[in-house]
Amino acid sequence: MAKKLLLDKAHVPGIRSYEVYRKEGGYRSVEKAFRLTPAEIVEEVKLSGLRGRGGAGFPTGMKWSFLAKPEGVPRYLVCNADESEPGTFKDRYLMEFIPHLLIEGMIVASFALGSNVSYIYIRGEYAWIADILENAIDEAKQNGWVGKNILGTGFNFELYVQRGAGAYICGEETALIESLEGKRGNPRIKPPFPAVKGLWDCPTVVNNVETLAAVVPIINEGGEAYAKIGVGKSTGTKLISACGNINKPGIYEIDMTISVEDFIFSDEYCGGIPNGKRLKACIPGGSSVPILPANLLLTTAKGEKRMMNYESLSDGGFATGSMMGSGGFIVLDEDQCIVRNTMTLARFYHHESCGQCSPCREGTGWMERILKKIESGKGEMKDIDLLWDIQRKIEGNTICPLGDAAAWPVAAAIRHFRDEFEWHVQHPDKCLTENFGLRHYADPIHVAVTA
Amino acid sequence: MVDEIKTFKVTIDNITIDVPVGTTVLNAARQIGGDVAPPAMCYYSKLQGSGGKCRTCLVEVAAGSTADPRPMPKLVASCRTTVMDGMVVKNITSEKVKDARAGVVEFLLLNHPLDCPICDQAGECHLQDLGYEHGKEGTRYEFPRRTFEKEDIGPYIQLHMTRCILCYRCTYVADQLTDKRVHGILDRGEHAEISTYISKAVDNEFSGNMIDVCPVGALTDKTFRFKNRVWFTKPVDAHRTCDTPGCCGNTTLWLRGEEVFRVTARKDEWGEVKSYDGKPGWICNTCRFDKKKTSDWTIEGVTKVNRHSVISQGKYEGLVMPKETVQEVMGGRAPKLLMNIHDESEVNDPKIQLSEINGPAHAENFKN
Repeated sequence: MAKKLLLDKAHVPGIRSYEVYRKEGGYRSVEKAFRLTPAEIVEEVKLSGLRGRGGAGFPTGMKWSFLAKPEGVPRYLVCNADESEPGTFKDRYLMEFIPHLLIEGMIVASFALGSNVSYIYIRGEYAWIADILENAIDEAKQNGWVGKNILGTGFNFELYVQRGAGAYICGEETALIESLEGKRGNPRIKPPFPAVKGLWDCPTVVNNVETLAAVVPIINEGGEAYAKIGVGKSTGTKLISACGNINKPGIYEIDMTISVEDFIFSDEYCGGIPNGKRLKACIPGGSSVPILPANLLLTTAKGEKRMMNYESLSDGGFATGSMMGSGGFIVLDEDQCIVRNTMTLARFYHHESCGQCSPCREGTGWMERILKKIESGKGEMKDIDLLWDIQRKIEGNTICPLGDAAAWPVAAAIRHFRDEFEWHVQHPDKCLTENFGLRHYADPIHVAVTA
Repeated sequence: MVDEIKTFKVTIDNITIDVPVGTTVLNAARQIGGDVAPPAMCYYSKLQGSGGKCRTCLVEVAAGSTADPRPMPKLVASCRTTVMDGMVVKNITSEKVKDARAGVVEFLLLNHPLDCPICDQAGECHLQDLGYEHGKEGTRYEFPRRTFEKEDIGPYIQLHMTRCILCYRCTYVADQLTDKRVHGILDRGEHAEISTYISKAVDNEFSGNMIDVCPVGALTDKTFRFKNRVWFTKPVDAHRTCDTPGCCGNTTLWLRGEEVFRVTARKDEWGEVKSYDGKPGWICNTCRFDKKKTSDWTIEGVTKVNRHSVISQGKYEGLVMPKETVQEVMGGRAPKLLMNIHDESEVNDPKIQLSEINGPAHAENFKN
């Protein structure tokens, strides 16, 4: 059983309340942090090798050290709880069941960054969780963890929960800041980066819920001890939201040393695929990351076992690899249609594009229409090449990563499942009633032997 | 002693110039001029915060600076990227840029109605120019184009949402020129639209400048609507003493004969409003919509129009008719008239004015 740092107390009855949380050792990290200087805390986080858990995987300590610190200008910490990536629901679990863990992490992080007012921007659809968080903040305030002069250290700290209005784009950090300021949630053009000019033009750090929660065990156990868990540059533990065609969907905390195969088939985790079906494909890190067929998912192109960590999942680049992303692990069995799945994702990105820059505004809708055409048996061969060309012209040419996120799933689906697309074109009637099935997607990959 | 202005050296398409620190790549390229300047559909130098949205001005940065000569991984929006010392930029010399730009043009035209024949902007439309210079000859889009419900935004300005490319320029005008913005972007993605909330009329002395900044025919002048084509009218520079604070009074009148068809602000070579003493020459709605007589204005002379523009067609001073060469070729003999068509047929008799015929002309109309 892998070591658990975030969810070890998640099943203690009443952990949502302050009394139980405190009795179980909660808020220890704040006491410890106040004995350190802010710079020492940042150093500890750097040492831990913690990488942003929101999707991009940028080293958190590095991000914190980039924060500009001009005299007389307030700095802000914003928690990105706008968890909208299809397939990802780990932050929801953390906030719903152990809200104090996030608050504790935010107090420590705010102290380290010198933020006296911090915000939790939560997606509007999580309305009941916003209430849970606000209750927890009230409890923390009553017990002197939030407010003026915390624990007599002279550090003043206020924490607010802001509800979003239901837009995926507001999970992009600059769009989130715009929305937090009360404006339309359009991403800003970077540079300047939020670390220099963020919320109300002040230096701002935006971190994911899980990242901030992970600060608690880092301070408690020390950065070095945290870095020992995991492998290589994938340190600590990661929450995976497993869903799709598996026996036991849910949130799993892994230490990034297990293989993808074990994760899907072992009883400790997903428990295999229901109804005796075979594995066809998987999107390992939330809807934006490239989909992989079963063979490339379980072994890399080099023939090595693929592991559940940042490096191994991205091994082979986009040609034969994928990404850790936000940890939204979506498993597809042999009865699933890749064309339909890709169309669903394209529809999502079309619906969620903010409409600010041209390639994403126009391109996402175009891709969805073409995919719909292929899925309904009206596609032509040239449509597949056209799709490829459209995604290529969106990727990298937009203001924010939503354009890339819309392009990657389409690109990966065509790259790995082109024959399924072609089958749809060639069998316009059959594709409406039948599925392409597993075919060769789980066949072992021939690895060239180097002399 | 004069303070030396600090400058950076930047190389764009193999041409090196010195520009003041803080200049954007686009403005540096405009200083070089010609084809090196990337097209810009949303950036407007006189509107703070504009740019970055249309992605037509994407360029490749082959070297970030002398200090850090690494290339930038992605194409960058030149209108929002400031130059660094020793930066090397590729615009028309980069295949990547050309490819991406052709893509952006295709995206911009995807849902554009292409109703140029009935659009008042035709002839001075930036999207037409962009499509002509950087686009492909056909579209690969085969689905119905997006349409919007028509909306009335007041007596002076016509909004054609179907033609809009969402450059956001008009919202910046409303923010920066008028006291209160009453229009903005509603909805999102493909369905995002410029609108006034509950059709509230845009009513402000400077609202007309939205027409001038609109790169396409989405916002047009209602007083000029369907009256004429821009290439039939003759632009002249004119001015009047205007009492409206903030109005520069310098305009371009678009004439046909003595009749003033339209009044606009004066534009520079990039299609932007000209500056006077460093201040943008915005004009008020009184000048634009109410002063439609030549007697209201002091006319300075013909507006200089780029000779490549359709507006410059055949109506300029210094126009020289080509020399008649027939006599020279025939050794001084006058050409011999073999047959006068009007002796043989009464159709198209020059004595009959076609414009006086009610409806299409028939042979009957020419019977004496």
